[in-house]
Amino acid sequence: MTELALLLISALLVNNFVLAQFLGLCPFMGITKGYDTALATGLATTFVLALSAVSSYLLYHGILVPLGLEYLRIILFIMVIAGTVQLIEYYLQATSPVLHQLLGIYLPLITSNCAVLGVALLAVDQGLTLLQTLIFSVGAAGGFTLVMVLFGAMRENLIHDDVPQPFRGTPLALLSAGFMSLAFMGFQGVLS
Amino acid sequence: MGEPKTKQTRTFSDGVLKRNPAWIQLLGLCPLLAVSTTVVNALGLALASTFVVVGSNVCISLLRKFILQNARLAVFVLVIASFTTIATLLLEAYAFALYMKIALFVQIIVTNCMILGRAESFASRQSVGKTFLDALGTAVGFSIALIGLGGIREILSQGTLLAGAELLFGSAAKGWTITLTDGGLWPLAGFAPGAFIVAGLLFALVKSLGRASTEQPPMQLKGES
Repeated sequence: MTELALLLISALLVNNFVLAQFLGLCPFMGITKGYDTALATGLATTFVLALSAVSSYLLYHGILVPLGLEYLRIILFIMVIAGTVQLIEYYLQATSPVLHQLLGIYLPLITSNCAVLGVALLAVDQGLTLLQTLIFSVGAAGGFTLVMVLFGAMRENLIHDDVPQPFRGTPLALLSAGFMSLAFMGFQGVLS
Repeated sequence: MGEPKTKQTRTFSDGVLKRNPAWIQLLGLCPLLAVSTTVVNALGLALASTFVVVGSNVCISLLRKFILQNARLAVFVLVIASFTTIATLLLEAYAFALYMKIALFVQIIVTNCMILGRAESFASRQSVGKTFLDALGTAVGFSIALIGLGGIREILSQGTLLAGAELLFGSAAKGWTITLTDGGLWPLAGFAPGAFIVAGLLFALVKSLGRASTEQPPMQLKGES
């Protein structure tokens, strides 16, 4: 039990996917212009990430390993992710138009979010079990959402600040992310 | 036909300068920040990315008449994933020590939006020759950004250049390491926060240079395809 808790905290804070491992930076820089969109993207990503990591795990160990085709995992995983995104979109469209309206435009972008593929690959490469994969992916996605929301809220304020012209936009976002990453480095003490 | 030579060089140089995938379009930020800890790591990923960008775009251009319009994105992704797998296997076979350091980001080339972007907006419409130039320009532009950031971060964090070149070029390259200062001036540059901060400062520099050289705004954000 403690092992699983450590795995969760490690993925959530210590080895935060965005700030320590540089995964999922495209949506982080592109979408976090405000708090609301950041939260919606984070939630949609969490859902896709956990679902696709678990299905990737099952297909990898169920099909590729018995056939000795482990090297095809990139192709398989990217198809699983694209398929998961498509299925969720159909499902939301049919069952919850409100949620579909809210998350609809962010869903297709998740396919090209490297954090989703990264979690699936890392889980397989580290030889995690199914339960560990689930915990790991939830932790990673939770960390992604947390940072997206924090950063989105921060950027809402930064937009109105009077900064020198060359630093407006991306450079300032990167610098702020750097200081946030510095703060997150402090979590490394939690596990040791 | 006889296309003027300047137009061909333009196809290439636009990818390097005007449409630089990393500095101007902000595509492929994850590998740019993650792998730029040293020049050799950056070089390894630059080579792998170049192989995937050029290979997959030329392949898509060759197949463009046979790809169904509705299924095109799925086909593009499959082609890119196949080339990424080949690049992964090649690096694993010939530079295993380096591969172990950058493994995750070599495999993640497949989600780099710059490749899919070029496939959708260029390779699926143009001839093989033009596509080759366009893809090569994009790849060179990305590689320059990656290796440049890698160089700056390596100098700041370790005070060296080309440390560990033997991982990529074999044992003959052991003496290639250039030592500039004894130890790093700013060790943080080798860690995650340093990557963000150095990249942020470089972006600001590129932005102010772009503003000085051209009148039109250099920022041209392109949505993901």
